[in-house]
Amino acid sequence: MAHPNLKYLRKGSLPHMFCPGCGAGQILNYFIYAIDDLKLDLDKLVMIGGVGCMSRAPAYLNTSAIHGIHGRNLPFATGIKLANPELTVAILMGDGGTAAIGGNHLIQAARRNLDVTVIVDNNGSYAMTGGQVSPMTPSGATTSTTTRGNLESPFDLCKLVEAAGGTYISRWTTAHPVQLINSIKKGVKHRGFSFIEVVGQCPTQYGRYVLGLRDPVSNLRWLKDNSITMRQADRMNPDDLVGNILVGDFVEKEFPTLEDRYLEMEKRIREAR
Amino acid sequence: MLGNHAVAEGAIAAGCRFFAGYPITPASEIAERISERMPEVGGRFIQMEDELGSIYAIIGASLAGTKTMTATASAGYNYMQEGIGYAVATETPIVIVDVMRLRGAEQATQSDIMQARWSASGDHEMIVLAPSSVQELFDCTIEAFNLAEKYRNPVIVLSEMTLSLMREKIKIPDPSKIHIVNRKRPTVPPDEFVPFDGGEDGVPPMSSFGDGYRVLYTLNPHDKRGMITGDLDVYDELYRRITGKIQRAVDDIVRYEKFYMDDADFAVIAYGSESRSALEAVRRARDEGLKVGLLKLITVWPFHDELVRGIAEQVKKIVVPEMNMGKYVGEVKRASDCLAEVVSLPLNKGRIHTSAEILSGIKGEAR
Repeated sequence: MAHPNLKYLRKGSLPHMFCPGCGAGQILNYFIYAIDDLKLDLDKLVMIGGVGCMSRAPAYLNTSAIHGIHGRNLPFATGIKLANPELTVAILMGDGGTAAIGGNHLIQAARRNLDVTVIVDNNGSYAMTGGQVSPMTPSGATTSTTTRGNLESPFDLCKLVEAAGGTYISRWTTAHPVQLINSIKKGVKHRGFSFIEVVGQCPTQYGRYVLGLRDPVSNLRWLKDNSITMRQADRMNPDDLVGNILVGDFVEKEFPTLEDRYLEMEKRIREAR
Repeated sequence: MLGNHAVAEGAIAAGCRFFAGYPITPASEIAERISERMPEVGGRFIQMEDELGSIYAIIGASLAGTKTMTATASAGYNYMQEGIGYAVATETPIVIVDVMRLRGAEQATQSDIMQARWSASGDHEMIVLAPSSVQELFDCTIEAFNLAEKYRNPVIVLSEMTLSLMREKIKIPDPSKIHIVNRKRPTVPPDEFVPFDGGEDGVPPMSSFGDGYRVLYTLNPHDKRGMITGDLDVYDELYRRITGKIQRAVDDIVRYEKFYMDDADFAVIAYGSESRSALEAVRRARDEGLKVGLLKLITVWPFHDELVRGIAEQVKKIVVPEMNMGKYVGEVKRASDCLAEVVSLPLNKGRIHTSAEILSGIKGEAR
């Protein structure tokens, strides 16, 4: 018997290119569970990915999809949503595309409250190109371009998107399947800029070279052991939070989207005639 | 009408309903006019955060089924190359207006004539129109949309600083008299649709996001179904089709005008604003009894080899005046195949050649 979720995968697209134990495959799987629960009309869903590991995932889904440009996912989405606001747009991308090359697009799309869902696989490095340092790599970490330790500090992406104007923001890890599936469902349903950061394991690069953990299971265990919920964090000394992954739903608010404002302006013009 | 406004009106007349742009002199009036006009015709406008944002927004909107355009000037056009490559690979119809300006200065030039053809990485053909008047800015913008839709390729309207900020009288035809081309749509149901099968003319029908065809668009080498592949035979076949669909259609794509060419012994080949003083130079030469003709190219890319070779077979000498250090003349030399002497008249001082300068070039008096 075929797996019931196989219908969500593009025919002939398998085998996928993820390494064994990669978090991107899990995130793709969780995304499929979420859209299955939501009973989304796949004809109206447009997936966008760029270049990288997570960014390949949209190519495996049986939906309309854009793939192949690093970091420009949100401009694509801006054009699509303004041209046809009835489409549902979801973006799967990595931390390099989101926080580095696409960083300006990220904050501008959040500022506009574009009605899209962005799911970021934060694996702390440029995994596909050989594990180079990314804007999400912790200070001091040794990567293939910081062999003497990372001199920079990482972003808090969720805080960045909140400051820019995102209206649904959450963070989980690949070791939180139930919570993450719920967040993806909320994000896709939310009208406005939804941003979900998923701290995901990369046993090939980050896990192996930064954490010293080669196998997927110990990587996942590390994510679980180093995650703290907001309730736990409230009871902790702020200094003890450093190095931990704060997980939860951080922002959930209603605010007019760019598309709504545009349609409203068009209505005003029509009525003035 | 202002040249830049003629572009905006041409776009709307052609059916453009999405525009994304980023301010830059001397192209900004296009965005200003279109931002005002779009909501009146049911279209959408957005000022993006940069030129990369603009080019990808118009690609996204085009894939969603809309006719789309952006406008920029040389420095901003630099940023758009990656997106142009993506539009070539995914065969997305888009129109880009590039108002050429001098590097680092707001002055007129034709320096980017080769950039318009060659700047995107990877295999590609470009369709580039070079208007020479405000009327042609209007007409070429409509033509650009028709060609983009017909061939599923980016089309560039290569404007110039002088043209963009010039006011001339233009005739805007009744909408019913304007020839409009729309992209071919799939004629088979989604499960039978092969999205990158070029068929006879090499141009596949195109679905829109949301209409049930669920096409995957990728920069990567992809087969006829759109599936990413590492098979380089597939890559080779894909780009033979993508470049071949333009190369084979040169006669359909290329627009030009010939003046006094029937009995000419000398020819001037010019494009854009230079063709204005070139025509005056040819008329002055005729007054002096010299048999000189003009080939004015409105479509500068693809290059029409046969057309130029035919002229080289006919005349003794071809003069190519350009507002740059002598670029397009290289193509003229290549196509002329040593059948005629080809003389370059380069000038990059923010102005076109005077007719006297071109005339002395024809006579061989001065360089």
